[in-house]
Amino acid sequence: MIQLPCPWCGPRNASEFTHHGEVTSRPDVGTATPEEWRRYLYFRQNANGWVDENWYHTAGCRRFIRVRRHTLSNETEAAR
Amino acid sequence: MAHKNNGSNGHRHAAGKPTRYSAFGLFRRGLSRSDWPRAWQERPLKSTYDVVIIGGGIHGLATAYYLAANHGITNVAVLDKGYLGGGGSGRNTAILRSNYLTPEGVRFYDRSLHLYERLSSELNFNVMFSQRGHMTLAHNDNSLRTLRWRAEVNKLQGVDSEVIDPDEIKKLVPYLDTSTDTRYPILGALYHPPGGIIRHDAVVWGYARAADAHGVHLHQNTEVTGIETAGGRVTGVRTTKGDISTPVVVNCTAGWSSLISDMAGVDMPVTTSPLQAAVTEPVKPFLGTVVVSGTLHVYVSQTDRGELVFGASVDPFTSYSMRGSLEFAEGLAGHVLELMPAVSKMRLLRQWAGLCDMTPDYSPIMGPTHVDGFHVDVGWGTYGFKAGPVSGEAMADTVANGRPPEIIAPFGIDRFTTGQLVGEKGAAAVGH
Ligand SMILES: Cc1cc2nc3c(=O)[nH]c(=O)nc-3n(C[C@H](O)[C@H](O)[C@H](O)COP(=O)(O)OP(=O)(O)OC[C@H]3O[C@@H](n4cnc5c(N)ncnc54)[C@H](O)[C@@H]3O)c2cc1C
Ligand SMILES: [Zn+2]
Repeated sequence: MIQLPCPWCGPRNASEFTHHGEVTSRPDVGTATPEEWRRYLYFRQNANGWVDENWYHTAGCRRFIRVRRHTLSNETEAAR
Repeated sequence: MAHKNNGSNGHRHAAGKPTRYSAFGLFRRGLSRSDWPRAWQERPLKSTYDVVIIGGGIHGLATAYYLAANHGITNVAVLDKGYLGGGGSGRNTAILRSNYLTPEGVRFYDRSLHLYERLSSELNFNVMFSQRGHMTLAHNDNSLRTLRWRAEVNKLQGVDSEVIDPDEIKKLVPYLDTSTDTRYPILGALYHPPGGIIRHDAVVWGYARAADAHGVHLHQNTEVTGIETAGGRVTGVRTTKGDISTPVVVNCTAGWSSLISDMAGVDMPVTTSPLQAAVTEPVKPFLGTVVVSGTLHVYVSQTDRGELVFGASVDPFTSYSMRGSLEFAEGLAGHVLELMPAVSKMRLLRQWAGLCDMTPDYSPIMGPTHVDGFHVDVGWGTYGFKAGPVSGEAMADTVANGRPPEIIAPFGIDRFTTGQLVGEKGAAAVGH
């Protein structure tokens, strides 16, 4: 079982959370072309290594948290 | 699942003439007690090939086989960082079907099913395809509606597929709990008689042996570490066993495919997640069809040996780890017992995981990319074993003719910039 370091609730099992995936940067809604928008929606780095990602603590504090996780070993550490 | 050898040590045979397997041959060899020849050879890595295929799973091997068999292109290498069939191709639950949701999908998977039907005789290798029927249960009006939709699309494409009611379900699978007072009562099912299960390892070995017989080089323990390009074209591949120059590279690495595409400078709309499966101790045959429940995220079939094979949906996060988890086994057991309380005393023998290259629309990504000579056959998610033959045929065609054939045109990588997605989630959310 993966444990995630929730800054509000402490270390909790990953099954309490919803995975929202790697941190991406959202283009400006007003100026983005459809192509840029689709890139943002669909394309991912999908790295094999340390990744910054967003999780939602569904069965806990119900806040979004940012976690650094190694996608091969599943070790985690709190992101900055 | 993980068989590492390729037959016993024995006599070598010349390319193009594999030993023919037959009942008589088995009898004769039984009498002479001589070893069987190796099913394929280890050959030295050359410094040039016409085509390099990365990934020795069903997709890479089928592509190599059809390149040789259909197009006479045999100066081909298949590279795998581990052993042949060590990825998803040796870890899947071996369910074949063509009852998808979109006309593009149904047409494509049905071609694969037809190729599978004659694969044993084409490869002279028994792949044990058992067309025992495939059933997808609906536990609410919403899923029943999707099943009706699928049945209509299927029928229009000439695929045998229909919605049946709980009485008919009970006749086909007496051990299912079809009572109406359960938490998730069964309202109906999509029944697809030509669907079934196959011996996945045999498919991999059959393609490997046939490709080898045509002169294709199969290199195991050969990891690709880089891809060379010049002026927007592929020029070579770097591996742990040496560098290769080649004008054509086909990426068939499923769960690892975005890492390989990265090496060529091609971005992919792919995320990698583990998918787990489990198998029980063997019992006498009692389950004649494959049973799937989308609502309960579980599916089950009984192997020829009598074991129950269970699968589910992908783990709920991305990862390159192939470790199983207790949550999976617990959740699975609960869901299976909801469907078939009678199996409560059976014991799980083992569980395992494989990596799945998930795409946003649950359809594959196939064909050329913006780098000349760099082709992809990826995005196979949780459903790509059944697509092996048609994909190999179509990718061989793409390489030989320089453009993708009609049947894979909808699956080009451009659809993620033009927005022409091929939404198959309604038929592929539970992994099989
Ligand atoms: C538990 C489970 C159940 C499934 N059930 C079904 C099912 O019932 N029906 C179905 O149709 N599909 C199913 N699937 C999906 C199916 O297994 C895959 O889609 C399919 O096997 C993909 O085949 P492939 O040849 O593309 O990739 P793989 O078989 O995964 O092969 C990819 C190969 O690439 C190699 N590789 C990776 N990186 C490198 C590198 N750098 N250099 C060299 N080689 C490399 C790997 O070693 C691997 O052998 C299931 C998958 C899993 C995990
Ligand atoms: Zn919390």
